Amino acid sequence: MTLRAIGGRRYRTPGMNAAEAPALVVDGVVKRFRIPGERVMTLKERALHPLRKTPWHELTAVDGVSFSVAPGEFFAVVGRNGSGKSTLLKCLAGIYAVDGGRMFVNGRVSTFIELGVGFNMELPARENVIINAAMLGLPPRDARRRLDRVLEFAELEDFADLRLKNYSSGMLVRLAFAVMIQVDADILLIDEVLAVGDASFQQKCYDEFARMRQEARTVILVTHDMGAVERFCDRALLLEQGRPEMIGQPHDVGLRYLDLNFAREDGGAEREESEADRFGDGRAEVLEAWFEDSDGKRVAALPSGRRCSFVTRARFHEAVDNPIVGFALQNAEQQTVFAASTLAASPRLGSFRPGERVTVRIAFDNVFRPDRYYATPAIAHAGTGFAWLDRRERFTEVVVTGTSRTDAIIDLPYEVALERSGAERRQTEVAG
Amino acid sequence: MNATDLASARQYGRPIRGPSAVGGDLRRLLQLTRLLAVTDFRLRFFGSVLGYLWQVMHPLLLFGVLYLVFTEIVPFGGDVPFYGVALLAGIVLFVFISESTSQSVQSLVEREPIVRKIQFPRFAVPLSVVLTALFRLGLNLVVVFVFLLAAGGRVRLSWLEVPLLIALLALLAVGAASLLSALYVHFRDVKPIWDVILQLLFYGSPIFYSIDLITNETVRELLMLNPFAAILQQFRHAVIGAGHPSAFDALGGGALFLVPLALIALLAVGGFRYFDRKAPRIAEEL
Repeated sequence: MTLRAIGGRRYRTPGMNAAEAPALVVDGVVKRFRIPGERVMTLKERALHPLRKTPWHELTAVDGVSFSVAPGEFFAVVGRNGSGKSTLLKCLAGIYAVDGGRMFVNGRVSTFIELGVGFNMELPARENVIINAAMLGLPPRDARRRLDRVLEFAELEDFADLRLKNYSSGMLVRLAFAVMIQVDADILLIDEVLAVGDASFQQKCYDEFARMRQEARTVILVTHDMGAVERFCDRALLLEQGRPEMIGQPHDVGLRYLDLNFAREDGGAEREESEADRFGDGRAEVLEAWFEDSDGKRVAALPSGRRCSFVTRARFHEAVDNPIVGFALQNAEQQTVFAASTLAASPRLGSFRPGERVTVRIAFDNVFRPDRYYATPAIAHAGTGFAWLDRRERFTEVVVTGTSRTDAIIDLPYEVALERSGAERRQTEVAG
Repeated sequence: MNATDLASARQYGRPIRGPSAVGGDLRRLLQLTRLLAVTDFRLRFFGSVLGYLWQVMHPLLLFGVLYLVFTEIVPFGGDVPFYGVALLAGIVLFVFISESTSQSVQSLVEREPIVRKIQFPRFAVPLSVVLTALFRLGLNLVVVFVFLLAAGGRVRLSWLEVPLLIALLALLAVGAASLLSALYVHFRDVKPIWDVILQLLFYGSPIFYSIDLITNETVRELLMLNPFAAILQQFRHAVIGAGHPSAFDALGGGALFLVPLALIALLAVGGFRYFDRKAPRIAEEL
C-alpha cells in the first residue's frame, strides 16, 4: 500500500531516488512539418527539372513545450483542433522525430493512439489479440499467455474464434481496450481513444485508469473532453497553436480552454444548417435567435448562476392565430436540459397577419453547469405545440462559463445545514 | 518543469528517440518481423479451398506454360540435362525475387495505420515482406527437389551450398526491398519502373534458357554479372550438377565472379542505409 494524498497527487520530496524521479520530462520540444506546396512530385518531374526544389512551407506544430510528469500522475494535454496536442503525443511515443528539445522517460511506455492498431478483420479475435499486443510492445510469448485474461476482461470468451469482421463495433472496442490494459506499461500515452465508446464504456475506462494510478502508473491523456479532464486528471497542459498556453489545475485550464474557444467563435455563434435540421410548414420563419445576459446584451457566453434570456425573432408569411413560440436547450451530449415556450403564457399571443414580425424573449436563471449548449428555437400552431410552423434544430449555440466543478447537469444554488447531538465526540469520517 | 526534474530524468530515465529502422532493440525487430510475416503468409490464401496449395500452384502453372513452349514449340532446352528441373528452379527463385521486391514497394504505404500510430522498428515492414516470400520459397523448393529426384537426379553433397545461396538471394531481396519501400514513400513512380525492371530481369537471366546457349562470351559474362543470374546459375550447378557450369566458370573463371557478390553487398548496404536515413520521417511523409 502506498500512501497517497487526497486527489491522487503525489508530492515529491527534495531528496529524489529513482522511484520518485519524474516519469516523463519534456524539455523544449519542437516539431516542424514540411508541407509541400504541390503534393505530386514524380521522378519524371524531378528528372526534367533537376534544379527545381519542391515548393514547401514549414509548419511548427509543437513549439517549445516543456513539462514534467510525476509517477502516478494523471496528466492531460488539451487544446483545440490543430493545437498540436496529438503531434506532441506522437513525439512522446517516438512515432515522430523531433526537431528540437529533449524528452526523457523513466519506465516502459505504451501508446494508444487508436484502439486495436493492426487488427485484421479477416482473422479471429484470438490471433488479433496476440498481434495487437505485440504491436504495443508485449513479446508474443507473453501476449499468448495473457490471451485468456484479455478475453475474460472483454467478456468475449465465447467469441475467441470468431473473425473480427463478424464482431459488432462494441465488441471490437471492448476487445481492443482489454488488450491495451493488459500490456504492462508504466507510462500510458492515450489519444482520444475513449471517444469511441458509449458512456458506460468510458466509465469503465476511467475506472481502469484509476486502478492503474494506484499502481503508480502514469497516464498522459490527450483529449477535448474537459469534463473528463476535470474529473480524472491531476494536472493539465493547454496547448494553443503549438505553444504551451498554461499548465495547472484542470479546472483553471478548463476555464482558459473555454475562453479560447469562445474567443474564436465570438460574433459567429451560428453554425451551418442543413435542410434536415429544419422542420415546419413554412407559414412562419424563425429569423434569428440569440442569448442575452442579465443586462440585455447579446452574448455568446453566459456566466453560470445569473439570469439570462433567450430571444427568438420570427416573421409570419401567412395569417396565424395564437402561435406558440419556444425553445429547447441541449447540452453537448445532446440531452435536453431545459425547454420553455409561450404555451403557458396568458394572454395568448393573438393573431398575426402575413409579413408581421414578432420578438419573443424568454428569461430564466442559468443554472446549468459550464459546457457548450445548443438551442433549438421553434414556432408551432396552437394546440399541442408539435405542429411546427418552423423549427430550427440546434440553431444557436452558447457556452456557459463558471467555476462550478459539478458533474451534474444543473447547478442549483443550495445551502448546507448541520446539526450535531450526543455527548461523546466521535471521530467522523468525511469522504474526501 | 524545473532543473531538478531534468537532472533527475537524465539520471534515471532514458531519452525518447524518434523512430528508426532498427530501434536499438534487435529482438523486438525480429519478433515483429516474424509476426507480420506469419500473419501475411496465412492471410494470403486464407479462406481459399486449396489454401497453401496455391503457394505452390502459381510457380507450377508458370512452369507448365514455359515448359510446354520451350520443349514442344520452340525446342530451346532440348539438350539441356534436366531442363524441366532447371526451368522450375529458375522460376521458383525468380518468383521469390519478384514477389519480395514488388510487394515491398508499397509495403510502408500499405502499413500506414501501424506506421503512423505505433512506435516500432520500421525495418520490420520490408523485412517481413521478404520473410513471407521466403516461407513460400521454402515450400516451392521442396517441389523442385521432389521433381529432381523423380526425374532421376541424385542427392549430391553440393546441395549443402543451397542454404548459402538462398541467404545471398535473401540479402539481395532485403537490400532491394528496403531501398524500394523507402523510395516509394516519396516517388510513386517506383512501382511501374520496378515492374519493368523485373521483366528485364526475367528475360535477362538464364531462367528458361541455358547460359551456354549464349555463344558470345562478352554478352554471356555481362548477363552473368547480374547477381540474380549468378546465384541462379550457381544454384543449378550445385543442385543438378552436370551440364550446368558454376557461376564462377560462366563468368570466365576469373576475378569477375566477385562483381555479382560486390553488387549484392552494395545493394544490401546501400538499401539499408537509405532506409535507415529515411526511417525517422516515414510516419509524417506517408
